[in-house]
Amino acid sequence: MTVMTSDPLASAAPVIELTGARKTYHTGDIEFEALRGIDCRIFPGEYVAIVGPSGSGKSTLMNILGCLDVLTSGRYVLAGEDVSTLDEDALASARNRRIGFVFQQFNLLSSLSALGNVELPLIYAGVAPAERRARALAALERVGLGDRSRNHPGQLSGGQQQRVAIARALVTEPAIVLADEPTGNLDSHSTRDVLAMLDDLHAEGRTIVLITHEGDVAARASTVYNVTDGQFVGAGTEIAK
Amino acid sequence: MRPADLLSSAWRAIRSHKMRSALTMLGIVVGIASVVLTVGLGLGTQKDVSEQIAALGSDLLIVSPGSSTDESGMRGGFGSGTTLTRADADALASTVAVPDAKAVAAEKTASVSLEYGESNWTTEVTGTSTSWPEVRSRELLYGTFFTDEQADEAASVIVLGSETAQELFGSTAVVGQEVTIDTESYEVIGVLAEAGSSGDGSLDDLAVVPMTTMVEQVDSSSASESVGTIYIKAASSDLLGAASQEAESLLLNLHGIAAAEDADFTIEVQDSLLDAATSVYQRLTVLLTGIAALALLVGGIGVMNIMLVSVTERTREIGLRKALGAAPATIRNQFLIEAMILGLSGGAVGVIIGVGLALALPAALGSTIVVSGLALVVSVVVAVGIGAVFGVYPAARAARLAPIDALRDQ
Repeated sequence: MTVMTSDPLASAAPVIELTGARKTYHTGDIEFEALRGIDCRIFPGEYVAIVGPSGSGKSTLMNILGCLDVLTSGRYVLAGEDVSTLDEDALASARNRRIGFVFQQFNLLSSLSALGNVELPLIYAGVAPAERRARALAALERVGLGDRSRNHPGQLSGGQQQRVAIARALVTEPAIVLADEPTGNLDSHSTRDVLAMLDDLHAEGRTIVLITHEGDVAARASTVYNVTDGQFVGAGTEIAK
Repeated sequence: MRPADLLSSAWRAIRSHKMRSALTMLGIVVGIASVVLTVGLGLGTQKDVSEQIAALGSDLLIVSPGSSTDESGMRGGFGSGTTLTRADADALASTVAVPDAKAVAAEKTASVSLEYGESNWTTEVTGTSTSWPEVRSRELLYGTFFTDEQADEAASVIVLGSETAQELFGSTAVVGQEVTIDTESYEVIGVLAEAGSSGDGSLDDLAVVPMTTMVEQVDSSSASESVGTIYIKAASSDLLGAASQEAESLLLNLHGIAAAEDADFTIEVQDSLLDAATSVYQRLTVLLTGIAALALLVGGIGVMNIMLVSVTERTREIGLRKALGAAPATIRNQFLIEAMILGLSGGAVGVIIGVGLALALPAALGSTIVVSGLALVVSVVVAVGIGAVFGVYPAARAARLAPIDALRDQ
């Protein structure tokens, strides 16, 4: 599989294209500009890390990229679809089809087995039971948990839970995998485990956007963007491997 | 999302909080069980009452002489006229003219003093036909009623009410004794069983003689052909109206009267008292059902309460589901279906408990409880409806949660 680079001259169209992205929050009379005009293009197969201290606006950026929130002004094109004007139902559908989330808190449903959790996005996509079972099992096997499909989250270690979450993110074959501090709740062993898995996914040609405040985690990415006060500081830094 | 997945997802959510779901259902269970019971009790009481009505003679028509209304709207000469005759009674007894009548008895009454030895007692003496016990739903305690033969030959026989017998003889076992009316002796051939009292007074203070005996001996002063009242017992209480119409047209015809408003007689149904009793029971049923409905309302509010708690508690789950692609409508439907399943299960358990109590209670209380299938179906539908109605608000709240806020919730 070929590994795409961030070379703007690359033939493929960008998966993510942010143009003049601004986000302003209103709390009573107080206005807070979380994003102050961000331009960014991420191409298929890129492994991008977005880093910045807390309050820098990187969480807001992650919400925007994940279609969990909409821009106040500017344009966001995800996999060729302008999502900045979509309503809630269309955003839900965009999240379902285009984005695979990996959260810091894992966010697995404790009442469901690992398999049930991985099946969830396919249920909302309306996939028939037999097909979604097969796809969920395949995704679990991909993250090395094929033998744990019947286990519930409470019976799995933190690292295993995060791998179930990664399987859930992959099962819909999304345009991007969006990982928000995926190692924030893990011990060092599990951290290495999960980061190695992301490296593998990158090697397979998947597009990964990683949000983190840890430099050594960001160092695994091919491109790093620094966010401060709602803006990118400098251009994306390409990491030499 | 496929409907089957929606259902199983809601069902799983309910099962994963067993205790809470059971407590939520409890309100609905109590409400539905009490509705089933009160409706059953109401229907049972109505059945009891209508059986009593039938026993007391709601299948009875009373034909009285005189018009029911005159020009002023007053009841002029009601019951005191002499427009009804024994021939009218014989005609009414014809199965051709009045096919829906089962039996007919004319009555001619007079207040007469009865004597036995030293004691005497003034009572209402009724001259009538042999069908009287059947028509008036009376039974004999001792002896027999008079026969057609005795009626034909104007025999000097008399049947006494139990109270009359008690007053005259100090006992009711007096068959074979003789009473004297105006120097004439009458053999007591029967004593009536007690019937209690009606609005007009005791039904047990009376004496009954054959109509012929009445007009020839006891009350020979009055017009021999006229009778006071004719009682018609309909074949069943359903046929009361039909019998009434048949009797009316026959009498109008016999009396040569063209228009019903000119009738010189009145036909009434003897159930106004019992109507009042029925309406009391109906009001009681409405009241009890109202209380049961309140219990259901409280149950519904319980559902809403718990669903709201559930939405708050599951904010994170809702956020995650939305992040994974659940549209607002999908989230709303899931919570609505959860509420409806709670209503359905609560309703089903309530119906089972209600029916169980309906089967067990009559033995203990001695009252009739009628379990109607329609009421059960309606109860379950209402329970599901309550789940839906009281689930709307929590479900809408869940659907409105913004995914980022929901995910951030700790």
